[in-house]
Amino acid sequence: MSENQRIIEIEVLRYNPETDKEPSKQVFEVPFTDDMSVLQGVQYIKDYLDGSLSFRWSCRMAICGSCGMMINGEPSLSCETFLRDYYPARVRVEALAHFPIEKDLVINMEGFIEKLESIQPYIIPKEERTLAQGEYLQTPAQLASYEQFSSCINCMLCYAACPQFGLNSEFIGPAAMALLHRYNIDSRDGGTAERMELVNSEEGVFNCTAVGYCSEVCPKHVDPANAVNQNKTNSAADYFMRFLTPKGGAK
Amino acid sequence: MSKRRPYVRPMAGWWRKNPFFVEYMIHEGTALFVAAYALILLTGLVYLSRGEAAWNVWLEGLKNPWYIVFHWLTLAAMCYHTYTWFKIMPRTMPPVIVAGKRLPDFAITGSGLAVAATASLAMLGLVWGMAR
Repeated sequence: MSENQRIIEIEVLRYNPETDKEPSKQVFEVPFTDDMSVLQGVQYIKDYLDGSLSFRWSCRMAICGSCGMMINGEPSLSCETFLRDYYPARVRVEALAHFPIEKDLVINMEGFIEKLESIQPYIIPKEERTLAQGEYLQTPAQLASYEQFSSCINCMLCYAACPQFGLNSEFIGPAAMALLHRYNIDSRDGGTAERMELVNSEEGVFNCTAVGYCSEVCPKHVDPANAVNQNKTNSAADYFMRFLTPKGGAK
Repeated sequence: MSKRRPYVRPMAGWWRKNPFFVEYMIHEGTALFVAAYALILLTGLVYLSRGEAAWNVWLEGLKNPWYIVFHWLTLAAMCYHTYTWFKIMPRTMPPVIVAGKRLPDFAITGSGLAVAATASLAMLGLVWGMAR
């Protein structure tokens, strides 16, 4: 350990489903250096202080989206949040808000995975092409229109930032809606009509009250709030267009 | 048997837990002032429909110091509401492309605020001119 090592207190919300009725706080004293992330602090606890501490992590460079936690109440990737920014105060670490806790800092993400599947996150071709016809072409402008929404790493920080999801876990939520939007505005895609059923549904965009915190916490600048709110307009248009189109636009 | 027993944390008091949510609630709360003022104007309209004497009673009522304090409060709430409304506006609309480039957020918020200020001043000028 280097000379400029200091000790910081890390308060972790612990929960063991086999023994605990509800989560409780536990404080650890962790030696740290300036280059240590909160994730490294938590890893130190597991390696040297309490091996039973559970948390998810993988890449350590803000690309895998595994290590999201509430750090001092804010949804953050623990790998890109640094202990030095909290010292000498105590840093509070808790599992991502609004999700059920499986154990310690590990949340249950089944609901989120189901939502990801439900939006059909793949290109549904407008027209089938044979291999001989070659690839689907796209201009740089067409790519630019959706590129931002394709940067999502499924870290779920936006869900932990969304009180409407916390109050109603059925809400399709920011990340899934951003991905839905990404495919709907892709020039190669023809699946909009199918996906609009989800946008318009009880679980759809109108659960959103434009709090906007989801976009603030997004580590990849996806701006999910923008995707959700653009689809409120699309949903309204979808509804009213059926009065104008001969056979009814929406289903 | 599974040892799993996922714990769902309660949501009570959620909006007090984060400054961002507190600001959101204040923003939403200022909408009540907007609604209250709409009601006051509607009441005025009802009085107006009952003739000049009734209208003058309503006007006289507005001169109550409590009412004037309420007006100042409402003005402050409306200003804050307008500010936060346009602050969130870039998140709620499709991208605006000008000369091949996406219009930055501050330009959208700024033009919204400018339009609101201009419209308010024009209205003030109009009413001022009629009242003189």
